[in-house]
Order: sequence, then C-alpha cells, then structure tokens
Amino acid sequence: MKKGRFGVHGGQYIPETLMNAVIELEQAYQHYKDDPEFNRELTALLNEYANRPSRLYYAEQLTQALGGAKIYLKREDLNHTGSHKINNVLGQALLAKQMGKTRLIAETGAGQHGVATATAAALMNMECVVFMGEEDTRRQALNVYRMKLLGAQVVPVTTGTATLKDAVSEAMREWTSRIDDTHYCLGSVMGPHPFPTIVRDFQAVISRETRAQILEKEGRLPDAVIACVGGGSNAMGSFYHFIEDSQVRLIGCEAAGRGIDTFETAATINTGRLGIFHGMKSYFCQDKYGQIAPVYSISAGLDYPGVGPEHAYLHDIGRAEYVPVTDEEAVEAFEFLSRTEGIIPAIESAHAVAYAMKLAPTMTKDQIIVITVSGRGDKDCAAIARYRGEDIYE
Amino acid sequence: MSKISKAFEQGKAFIPFITCGDPDLSTTEQIVREAVRNGADLIELGIPFSDPTAEGPVIQGANIRALAGGVTTDRVFDLVRSLRKDISTPMVFMTYANVVFSYGAEEFLSTCQEIGMDGIILPDLPFEEKDEFQPLCKKYGVDLISLIAPTSHERIAMIAKEAEGFLYIVSSLGVTGTRSEITTDLASIVQVVRQYTDIPCAIGFGISTPEQARSMAQLSDGAIVGSAIIKLIEQHGPDAPEAVGAYVRRMKQAISVEI
Repeated sequence: MKKGRFGVHGGQYIPETLMNAVIELEQAYQHYKDDPEFNRELTALLNEYANRPSRLYYAEQLTQALGGAKIYLKREDLNHTGSHKINNVLGQALLAKQMGKTRLIAETGAGQHGVATATAAALMNMECVVFMGEEDTRRQALNVYRMKLLGAQVVPVTTGTATLKDAVSEAMREWTSRIDDTHYCLGSVMGPHPFPTIVRDFQAVISRETRAQILEKEGRLPDAVIACVGGGSNAMGSFYHFIEDSQVRLIGCEAAGRGIDTFETAATINTGRLGIFHGMKSYFCQDKYGQIAPVYSISAGLDYPGVGPEHAYLHDIGRAEYVPVTDEEAVEAFEFLSRTEGIIPAIESAHAVAYAMKLAPTMTKDQIIVITVSGRGDKDCAAIARYRGEDIYE
Repeated sequence: MSKISKAFEQGKAFIPFITCGDPDLSTTEQIVREAVRNGADLIELGIPFSDPTAEGPVIQGANIRALAGGVTTDRVFDLVRSLRKDISTPMVFMTYANVVFSYGAEEFLSTCQEIGMDGIILPDLPFEEKDEFQPLCKKYGVDLISLIAPTSHERIAMIAKEAEGFLYIVSSLGVTGTRSEITTDLASIVQVVRQYTDIPCAIGFGISTPEQARSMAQLSDGAIVGSAIIKLIEQHGPDAPEAVGAYVRRMKQAISVEI
C-alpha cells in the first residue's frame, strides 16, 4: 500500500502551506514512536496520570438482562477526563513538545477531545485553543466551562452547520496561519496523513489491553468487539489488535440520527459516497455535486459527515461491519446501561451499547462481546433530559 | 503552448477571482465581461464548495451565498459556455478537489476542454496528490496550476519543475482575505522559482490596494485579487459589474506603471 493510504483511502489533500508541517510531523513521529525514552514517558503518563490500564469489566447484570452472549465493557469512561480521547492527546502533546511546539490547537465535537487537549496543555504548560461549533457549545456547555477552567481558549465556530465539521475546518485554517509554534492536535483517525496512523497508534492501547485482559479472564478472544464511530478513533483503537484475528467480528456503530432513510443522519458508511475532504479520501455524506451534507445526530461527538480512512478500508475489504444506530436507540441504551449496571455511558458510547442490545440476544451464552464504553455520560445528562421532555438546570 | 501564457503578454497580468453565482449567475456573467473590458488578463472563476477550508470569511460567505442560490457545477459550465461565445481571455477554475472528484474527474476535465477552460486551481491538491487529476488534465489540455507557499522552502524546486500554465505564489500564511501588510520574502521565492522554470508567476492572497498590487506585480508577473472583489460585489449589489470594472481598470493601471 502507498504511504499514508489504506487501500484507495487516506492521502494528504491539504494546502501547500501545510505540507512541510505534516512532513515534519511524520518525521518526528517516525523518530519517536520507537524511542524508548519517549515511550517510557508516555506510558508513565498513561498509567499514573490517565489511570490506565482501563478495566475490562464483566457486565453480569447486562448479560443476564439480555439473555445471550457474555458482555464485557472496556471502561474508557474511567480514564482521566472521562473518555478515550486522553490516550491520543497525551501522545500527541508529548510529540509536539519534542518538536519544540508551545501551542496546541484542536477541534472538538462533544467537547471530550477539547477537554483532553486542554488538560494535556495545562499539564505540559502549553497554550491551548479549541475550536468548537457554536451549536455544540450550547449542547455541551459543561465541557466548554471545563476547557476554560483548564486554561484553554474556546473559539465558537459559526460557519456552516456550526458543528464538528466546521470546527475541523476552522482548526485547519488556524493551523495554516500559525505553524511555527503550533501543533494541530487532531482528535480522530482522520485528516491528512500521518494523523490517521498517529491517532490509531496512540488509541491502539485500548485493544492491546483488551486482548490481554480477555485472554486472562476467559482464555480466549471475544466473538465480537463493538464501538461507536464518528471519525472513528475509539473504534480504530478497539479494533486494531484484533484485525488479524478473523474470528473476531469488528462492529462499528454509526450515528443514524433520525434514521438512515432521512436527511437527518450522520451514518457515513451507510449513506455516504467516496470523496475528498478534510485532507483525506474516504466516505462522506455529500450531494451529487460533492457538496458536503449537513449531517445530524443527537451525539455531538458522532455528528460528522466523514469517517477515518482506515475504517473506510476495513469496510471495503469486509473486515469490519458498520451498522446504523438511531438517536432513539442510543437514548434507550443510555438509560438501560445506567439502570442495569449503574454506569452512565456517553451518548456516543451508548450507540455501541444499543447495537450490543440487539446482537447479544441472538448469540449463545458461551459467546463473548466486548463493548468499548468510550466515555462517561455526565456531560450528556442535561441534553438527554431535554430529549425526554424534562428541563433541568446544569 | 499553454493558452494561459497569453495572459502575461500585455505586461504584468491582473487576475481577478470571482465566485460563480454570488449573488447570481447572470450578475457573475456581467462582472466577468466588465472585468475583461477593463483589462483583466486572466479570469479565475470559483466553483462554490460547501466547506472551503483555504478561504477566509469573505470568500466563505460568497460560497455559501452562491450555493444557497442553487448554483451547481453544471450551471457554472453553462455560464462559461455563454462567456466563451465572445470572450477569448484565458480563464481558469478555482475549486476544491471534491467538486472535481465527485463530478467524475474525466467528465469534469473533458467538459473543461469542450467549453474552453484553460486551467484549474485546486488549493487542497498538493504536489504529492496531483496524480489524482494530472493525467486527465494533460489528456484534456487543462493546465493544473501549482501553488507555492511561504512555507514551501526546499519544495519550491520540485513544484516549479513540473508547473504548468502559471505558478500561483501564496503571499502569506493563512487563508484568503485582505491584509494590511505582506511580510513574506517573495522576491527570494520568485528568484528560486526562476532557476527551475520559465512559466509566469502571479502572487495572490491578501492583495486589495493598487499599491499592494503594484509591489506584488513588480516582484513577479502578476497579481491575483479575490476577497477585495467579493467585498465590492457584496457592497454594490446590482451595480457590482460597473464597480468591479472600475476597480479592475484601476488595478491594471497600477500594476502597469513602471517604477
């Protein structure tokens, strides 16, 4: 495969102004990824600061309630800052520091990546600016406050649909105007090469741990690994060390919004077409002239019209399945997991739980499902309450 | 021989950028005619894109207005057909890779040849990715215009050696939009380019005043102006064609003065 490509997907479709920046980033990453000192420092941060390894928890109540496969939860929600995003951010922030950068910029949808970036910037004494769609600053007001508390500047983006897509565009624009001291800490397995590879490698800690943990607990690999997919970073991290194990089904859950037969959806692989956007060739929701579609999901973190190029490739070769999950199904799963296990998942992660609720009863009791709970749901409580017609004050 | 080179035969070239369909396609057609009548040497026609990541707020706004008005790639092709009935000034498209890719690159570029477009600028298609469209551009005689940025450094040689039509020198870091000051050492960039190619260089990004255009044109073979024209169109509404015409005349005069 060509450098930076996953089948036909990937590449570096960015302005010339940024080319040397991504080349420099790739060189730095190639140098540091196998550097013992860098990895020692990163592992120490992941373990001591971010609370890794995350638990692989046997969800006995959920298993019994669904009456089928045995269900384990990979508890990324227990990481410091409350989601898997910190895994990638600590890696990139450390890399940026090695490169002599003093300022991190980031896009954020639900605010989880923004909070993680603001956290790493505070820890490493770096300046931080986070771009967030204005619509999302309303949906995720708590995270906006957390970022400010951590010392970051939050820039509301008002262009386009004022959601994650526009936040990415604005972060890219900012990067073209200030490169020397600034690293763009991209939050998902997307954008131009080398970001999809870097983010995947930093998130692969999820499946590296899951694999060892399930072998220890069950003495065998799971039958299915389920994770939600927006850009796809927690899913890519959850899948990566199982890709070679063809008996393990890899299932990505896309946000179908109000349904894949409506225009209010963000299920890219289920409804999109091959295209070129945000630095990569991949699948995108778009019209016949290639205009990017205004997508919709209740989940700000999955509300994105594209998908990471490696997911597009895993779909093409049939190694992973990508299924749509609606707002309603996700909200039901959000409530169901809260009641059965006492675990409130992020609304993003609830998309994965929702599909497991359909799949588990069709499987036998000796089969095993791992669901990645990519984040915790505190941030979503007000929005879900509103969805259910209850107005609460945060 | 590229038809684009003709644009650089009447002294320094003035190159206006116009977003097609802002505020509507018939106004765009009149604006192009006025620009040509007043001395524009090469016309850069923007095909609107929903998410123009290389543009500042002014051209983003033009893209959004044009799309809201129902402009499509096919309707832009019709605009060019109409212009080409009597206008022979070289013209290039400026759009984003997905607009070409999504239309079908072969169909897009063969249509460019059929309707008389001389080149295409794709700001999100760097040297490393140009194989995406380059072979088809060559097949249909459409010059794929390369860009050089203030951060290009050692990449300049590689880009210049394979450049076609003209070289678009990006004056400043960041996105499109008017700037009060341009601080990049453009003279050195042009000097390096000249070691590798004879094709003309035009400087764009941030230029709005006649003085800026004159100094940029002194350093190169021409000046490209986008955001300042879009602002004029926004201000003047139905009278935009005359306003743009007068502006083009002033700018062309400014860059033609020998210092």
